[in-house]
Amino acid sequence: MAEQRLIVVGGGLAGLMATIKIAESGVGVDLFSVVPVKRSHSVCAQGGINAAVNLKGEGDSPAIHFDDTVYGGDFLANQTPVRNMCDKAPEIIYLLDRMGVPFSRTPEGNLDFRRFGGTKHHRTAYAGATTGQQLLYALDEQVRRYEAEGLVRKFENWEFLSAVVNEAGTCTGITALDLLSMQIEVFEAPSVLLATGGPGIVYGRSTNSMVNTGTAAAAVYQQGASYANGEFIQVHPTAIPGQDKLRLISESVRGEGGRVWTVRDGKPWYFLEEWYPAYGNLVPRDIASRAIHKVVFEHGIQIDDQNCVYLDVTHLDPDMLTRKLGGVLEIYEKFMGVDPRFTPMKVFPAMHYSMGGLWVDAEQKTDIPGLFAAGECEYQYHGANRLGANSLLSCIYGGMIVGPNMLARSAETAGEGGSAAADQKARMENRFAKLRSMDGTENAYALWNELGDWMTRNVTVERHNDRLKETDEKLQELMERWQNIGMTDHGQRANQELSFTNQLWNMLELARVITLGALARDESRGAHYKPDFPERDDENFLKTTKATWTADGPQLDYEDVDTEHVVPRARVYNVDIR
Amino acid sequence: MVDEQNHEQNKAEAKNIEIRVRRQDGPGGEASWEEFSLPWKAQHNVISLLMAIQAAPVNAAGQATRPIVWDCNCLEEVCGACTMIVNGKVRQACTALADELEQPIQLEPMSKFPVVRDLSVDRSRMFEKLKDVHAGVQLDGSHDLGPGPRQSAANQEQTYAFSRCMTCGCCLEACPQYNDDSEFMGANALGQVFLFNLNPIGAVQSEERLETIMGRGGLSDCGNAQNCVEACPKDIPLTKAIASLGRDVTVKSLRDLLGR
Repeated sequence: MAEQRLIVVGGGLAGLMATIKIAESGVGVDLFSVVPVKRSHSVCAQGGINAAVNLKGEGDSPAIHFDDTVYGGDFLANQTPVRNMCDKAPEIIYLLDRMGVPFSRTPEGNLDFRRFGGTKHHRTAYAGATTGQQLLYALDEQVRRYEAEGLVRKFENWEFLSAVVNEAGTCTGITALDLLSMQIEVFEAPSVLLATGGPGIVYGRSTNSMVNTGTAAAAVYQQGASYANGEFIQVHPTAIPGQDKLRLISESVRGEGGRVWTVRDGKPWYFLEEWYPAYGNLVPRDIASRAIHKVVFEHGIQIDDQNCVYLDVTHLDPDMLTRKLGGVLEIYEKFMGVDPRFTPMKVFPAMHYSMGGLWVDAEQKTDIPGLFAAGECEYQYHGANRLGANSLLSCIYGGMIVGPNMLARSAETAGEGGSAAADQKARMENRFAKLRSMDGTENAYALWNELGDWMTRNVTVERHNDRLKETDEKLQELMERWQNIGMTDHGQRANQELSFTNQLWNMLELARVITLGALARDESRGAHYKPDFPERDDENFLKTTKATWTADGPQLDYEDVDTEHVVPRARVYNVDIR
Repeated sequence: MVDEQNHEQNKAEAKNIEIRVRRQDGPGGEASWEEFSLPWKAQHNVISLLMAIQAAPVNAAGQATRPIVWDCNCLEEVCGACTMIVNGKVRQACTALADELEQPIQLEPMSKFPVVRDLSVDRSRMFEKLKDVHAGVQLDGSHDLGPGPRQSAANQEQTYAFSRCMTCGCCLEACPQYNDDSEFMGANALGQVFLFNLNPIGAVQSEERLETIMGRGGLSDCGNAQNCVEACPKDIPLTKAIASLGRDVTVKSLRDLLGR
């Protein structure tokens, strides 16, 4: 066999970490990304990365980090992988520190740690207010060195279209679209990683970047990979509404002492502190989002006729705020024209993160042999709700373990492609030829706006079965109308409408997985909340949802959850009962 | 969330937002201007205006047209993708708020990079340059070697400022020395050299890094116009880095001359 190269799709934290691990062992990597990797969505993570390094003398430990994480996730995560991740976290922080991440420091020169939601410990290492950006850049620099050595070949501005799956059902490569020339090529490799991020754009406007369409995960779902826990969508409590995007105001603002309040009967009402005295403003995100919804919609309290509450840091030292939260507060100031150090911010919940994703086993293998997944595009580490600052950790940890697992698989087997590669390329070329010739009356972007509105209204903070059913009907209507799209751009080069139309179909497939998963789960757990079924139902639903694609829509099956280490207990944040 | 008063006021002032876009179908193609007129909405920025055109691509003359091609990703000014020239000034389109811009809002692609299509340009040479200057820390490996060295908070604050560079290219667009006739690497690459030479582990390779900026296209090509620091959306003190590197290079040259 000629020089072996593996394929990594996605240049965010998970993809880059996997690339480093593979290249470090001397094996080449073809790295695909729709944007220059340095512009990946990981840059948006503001607040930090969790690791129980216990530098504050609080008696923190990976075991407590593990417990906080599975408890915060309402016991839906398989416990062993979470435990392994938390055990590895301190080592990951040290590695990032050595890579030159400018982590914030204590007076003694140690790494500084801040508090985040869902824990009582200072466990979150941070680099100013742009931790994700700093981590991404550090990994990017390491990968660039391997690129200069010729081990890594980057395919930036290339979009993953589909896996190549041979007759035996094994993944032997990918097809990808060059977003400049609009040509489709096929690339073969004994193992392929998808590290393609979350599906926020399915919700139209969210806190996600524009590349987070979920298209890659949705494509392999349609090829037989199952999608797990799709219904678990995290809504972040504090975002700034906007026309193009809902911009996140990091949880670190509350970690550093920010308070959430509104005005009731002419007086400030600190409702989180009142309702959840044990954790106050640092309750997990699902709880805070529901509380804000309750205040705005049930109590009918708005501010200046807008659906929002205050997130307030005006009582904190302005110099400290600039130093520790400068980047976050700067976003508010740039987009709202108001300095939050002196005027309380107005915020409202926004779709933020998908706990669900491609089903993987503890080695990050999907159920298509040869195809792996890591990062937000898989489902494994956060259960029913993700704790703040655990996502950067899960991305890097997933990338770290998947690299060696991909190498091990490649050493033992190399799937025989046969004609599968050529066949798949022809199939994709055919699909794109059809897309190009679409001449109906619908506009892809206008359909996407409708999709986003429906998903945001009905499949976020509160779920009702009748509205979920209606949403699924709407999704099927949108799928029909998708067939009637008319291309407005007939250009051969950098035709964004063409690739977007393809992505939109995939988004619709994924939207059905999310919606029907939510419909079927008649309980409330973590981010999934049904007022008609307000309790967690372990007997029926302490189970992973697994959706598999069929021509008639997703088929849902359920798989038992690994509860080997701690027995599930009630999840409450108003009193300490742990 | 513009408050209601502002809202009414703005609505009264401008019912529509007028936009002019410089369009080009590909590299080397003819460029032409196209005008658009969109209804005013609170909180429009250049990105949301371009999105509105995508969903209904009709120009100001009422003719059907094709959607505008542009780059963007994070929409909160941390990824650097949506850099373009807005009303003559290079900046990120996401933080260009319609209510704060003079109309017609004029959008052009950056001029120092090859146009891909419309407002999208190819900035890959910036990433290539980061390879040449060894921007990064050279590790022995990603295995567990324990914590990194301690660092003062002051050092962290200084490095953090430079580490926020998102390779957007504003400094290069603004630089008179950065053009087709010169090989000047520009301020962003120099800023990264300064950054990694400040890092306690990165400093181990500081001599090599300095060598990469001592030749043609390096530090001495800087004309000291100081436009870079003005144009930088992250207020990175680029000219400070250039001055400091100038001293380091002088010391190194002398040492090299004297054989240490």
